[in-house]
Amino acid sequence: MKYLSLVLGNIGGTLLLMVRALKYTPTLPRQFPRFIEQCYLVGFTTLPIVTILSFFIGSVLALQSGYSMENFGAKQFIGTLVGLTMARELGPVMVAVLVTGRVGSAITAELASMKVYQEVDALVTMNIPPERMLVLPRLAAIIVMMPILAVIANLCGWYGGALVCQYTHFISVDSQAYFAALKRFMEPKDIIDGLLKSEVFGFVIVLVCCYTGLSTRGGPREIGAAVTKAVVASLILILVLDYFVTKLLLFTT
Amino acid sequence: MNTTYTATPFAGKTFGVTVTRLNKQFSGTPVLRDISLEVKPGEIFAIMGPSGSGKSVLLRHIAGLETATSGGVTIGEFDAADPETRSKVHLALVFQAGALFNSLSVYDNLALYPREHRLCPESGIRERVMHALSILSLEAAAKKFPSELSGGMKKRVAIARALVMEPQLLLYDEPTSELDPVMSATISEIIATLREQTAVTTIVVTHDRSLALGIADRVAIIMDGRIRATGRPEEFTQTKDPAIANFLNPVIDLKNPRFKQLENHHE
Repeated sequence: MKYLSLVLGNIGGTLLLMVRALKYTPTLPRQFPRFIEQCYLVGFTTLPIVTILSFFIGSVLALQSGYSMENFGAKQFIGTLVGLTMARELGPVMVAVLVTGRVGSAITAELASMKVYQEVDALVTMNIPPERMLVLPRLAAIIVMMPILAVIANLCGWYGGALVCQYTHFISVDSQAYFAALKRFMEPKDIIDGLLKSEVFGFVIVLVCCYTGLSTRGGPREIGAAVTKAVVASLILILVLDYFVTKLLLFTT
Repeated sequence: MNTTYTATPFAGKTFGVTVTRLNKQFSGTPVLRDISLEVKPGEIFAIMGPSGSGKSVLLRHIAGLETATSGGVTIGEFDAADPETRSKVHLALVFQAGALFNSLSVYDNLALYPREHRLCPESGIRERVMHALSILSLEAAAKKFPSELSGGMKKRVAIARALVMEPQLLLYDEPTSELDPVMSATISEIIATLREQTAVTTIVVTHDRSLALGIADRVAIIMDGRIRATGRPEEFTQTKDPAIANFLNPVIDLKNPRFKQLENHHE
């Protein structure tokens, strides 16, 4: 019962933080430098790891599916499988997981440290709402950067798969055939659904990580605990939301 | 360090503070018990007491950073716990550890308030910030980051940041803790001079006897979450209350049974 009330309290607190932060949306134009800084931190610094990991995810997907599909002569559909899986599922989910580890943890650590060392209290006494200065620019940055990262992850995954198909001796599907298969069953909706999912994940990650950071109480030891809590909560939410958002998008034309 | 300071008198009126039957409990443990006091506009009011007596919690209630279990605080006619009060009263709190923004330079720490509230163009902000820095002899530290500053400098920057806000109510939480006696005297001097020049209502939480009895108009002593006594500083120098006398003039008694216990423990 105590645990349930704690969970409900956290959900309520996170939603309240979202409402309070979005209330300051009209102030976003004059927070442009802060927004650009967050775009850099969220997007640019995450780019190398997204590029490398999604390339290898696409590669291993092609390798595994090539190995299995060879048995029943369906190698020509590897491109379709890699393309759709990356666009609809693995691209958004992997980017969300990487953003949680790379950006979400940093957000929680920074905000928790500001809370513990009374910087947040200083903002409050200066009549500068922390939701406006600390949460809103991060939410805006993730909304802009998440689809860009997801598109890059898709492209890297597709090219990783293409390279493996071309140069692995037991697959040997040339890239022209691979991309032809990829295009044949791919519809714009598949890409858009993936991007929508990545938007939802990014928004939730930043919100959860900001809330966890700002609700930290106690000493420096709590900063580490807050980061762990935020990362675990974000990862659980990504996978739970993945199911429900996918179901919603599959039945929405 | 300069011995003369020239601060611009702050615009607008100063506010008095009234604390009425304030009680605060953390997880059922009482920290403040039935606190009532009144701070007049323009006065320096010191709140003294032993560590853990609830002084800083009381100050956080006055700053609107805590919600009371019962009772309340009003600043002028405004409720301190109401977030709207911060837009009606210019309140500045100098935190014990400074609470400077570590990611910003000293200059940007000071410029944050006027920038966020769009009080003046950048040239005006620069003038305002450099003036506050000059009052505290910190011009050379403008480009430094808080991590590069000593404890004393951090406190002075925190005071300068409060000055930029041109407060009508200025709160200090242990402004002289962790400072050497010379720096403590300088900070006391700054607090007194700022009040003299700007007529700002000042509340200082401290256990620095010379600061409280030296510059305050009135002093309240809190012990175990309760107000033990309130009065003018001179009333405390000849106090007959043994707890207050012991707090203000502690005597190191090596014949105390507690020392004997320690000796036995080490043997």
